[in-house]
Amino acid sequence: MRSVFGRPNRWKVTMQRTLFEINKLGVDSIPLVIIISLFIGAVIAIQMQLNTESPLMPAYAVGLATRDIVLLEFSNSILCLILAGKVGSNIASEIGTMRVTEQIDALEIMGVNSANFLVLPKVVGFIFFMPVLVAFCIATSLLGGYLVAVFTDIITVSRYVYGIQAMFIEWYVWYGFIKSLFFAFIISTVSSFCGYYVKGGALEVGKASTDAVVSSSILILLLDVILTKLLLQ
Amino acid sequence: MIEVKNLTKSFDGKTILHGVDATFYTGKTNLIIGQSGSGKTVLVKSLVGLLTPDSGEILYDGRDLLTMDSDQIKQLRQEIGMLFQGSALFDSETVLGNVMFPLVMFSDMTKAEMLDRAHFCLERVNLKGADNKYPSEISGGMQKRVAIARAIALNPKYLFCDEPNSGLDPKTSILIDELLSDITHEYGITTIINTHDMNSVLGIGENIIFINKGYREWTGNNEAIFHSANEALNQFVFATELFQRVKEYIMNTAHK
Repeated sequence: MRSVFGRPNRWKVTMQRTLFEINKLGVDSIPLVIIISLFIGAVIAIQMQLNTESPLMPAYAVGLATRDIVLLEFSNSILCLILAGKVGSNIASEIGTMRVTEQIDALEIMGVNSANFLVLPKVVGFIFFMPVLVAFCIATSLLGGYLVAVFTDIITVSRYVYGIQAMFIEWYVWYGFIKSLFFAFIISTVSSFCGYYVKGGALEVGKASTDAVVSSSILILLLDVILTKLLLQ
Repeated sequence: MIEVKNLTKSFDGKTILHGVDATFYTGKTNLIIGQSGSGKTVLVKSLVGLLTPDSGEILYDGRDLLTMDSDQIKQLRQEIGMLFQGSALFDSETVLGNVMFPLVMFSDMTKAEMLDRAHFCLERVNLKGADNKYPSEISGGMQKRVAIARAIALNPKYLFCDEPNSGLDPKTSILIDELLSDITHEYGITTIINTHDMNSVLGIGENIIFINKGYREWTGNNEAIFHSANEALNQFVFATELFQRVKEYIMNTAHK
């Protein structure tokens, strides 16, 4: 940990690598986030309508429930579980391959702090870009629900739009952003750790990649409970 | 010059190196030879600081690696170049990017100066026109040459090579050997090559250290090796019929 967050050999190189990682881990994840969020947002809206069909429930409840589910859980915890699969396996396999092909040894021999050089830009880059992914997720999930309202007769557009604005609690948005930052830290550090300490060959790199996803997911779920208790009560 | 004194290294109670003494001379190709599992890779990894020996001394021109602080080790590592068995080129960098990497990290050169130096190193290893190719797009022999170019980019005083000929065809192996030998003499580098390639041993072995079961059993050059009475060395070097015939021919010629 100390060597990862120590002083880099060259700040300029670290900045360049951080921008590269923002692009690779963050920007490249946008299409996946949009596709998943759009469909899940639509599904949540449909399911909410089916489960709230009661004369006692206001018609705007579908929009309201869809928004709160997206803000409270889907746009941060579930999204990060999905990203643990994509980004986590990517980080673990990349660093693991560098380990087994002696690229990390080559860095060390040159006098480069390999943990700092490889891991720090990934951690900083992913944490920096995570709020953007969360924002994309929220927007496209609500859009998914909106498209259900537009293209089906399950709920009217005006009621859905009213619902997603009704009884809005701003803190829920910040709560989601805060949680996602912790989860981004978990994904990037745990996956880097799994990759960095690989011993063996291709088989072990694959195993490290799986371990990274499983360990990150479990830690995200555990931390989700703790952060929810701390931030919402 | 690098001197190794009484170097011992164990793993899980099993001793791999038993008080090894060796001297690696400046401006010479120093070869460490021995069977697989004899401890030569442990010796090389200890020399470059990737492993910490249990006891002994590793003196880089009088400076003991094992008593250096982290800043001194960092400084020393900038005087070391290393050629890995699998080349260890950075996959995400082009050929030019790989050679420029140590310059970007450790030199105060301008970008133009770095480009000049990188091109000079690539030309020195007879590799022109591959600047923008990635390691996966070039052959094994070319990868080795890029790795050599990267290793000499910062004008190292010490060059370590871990089995530089593994996976190469005989012709390319000879080219790599000649290149390493030329660079060693041209720049006065202390070159240490870990190998079990007998063509390299007989071709460029100016100072050969034979490691057997963790002990340094023999030392000499590629001429003295034909006259050695060390049974383990003879069994290792002249294991094939071809090399036995070469030995007989050399001995007969010497007698005549």
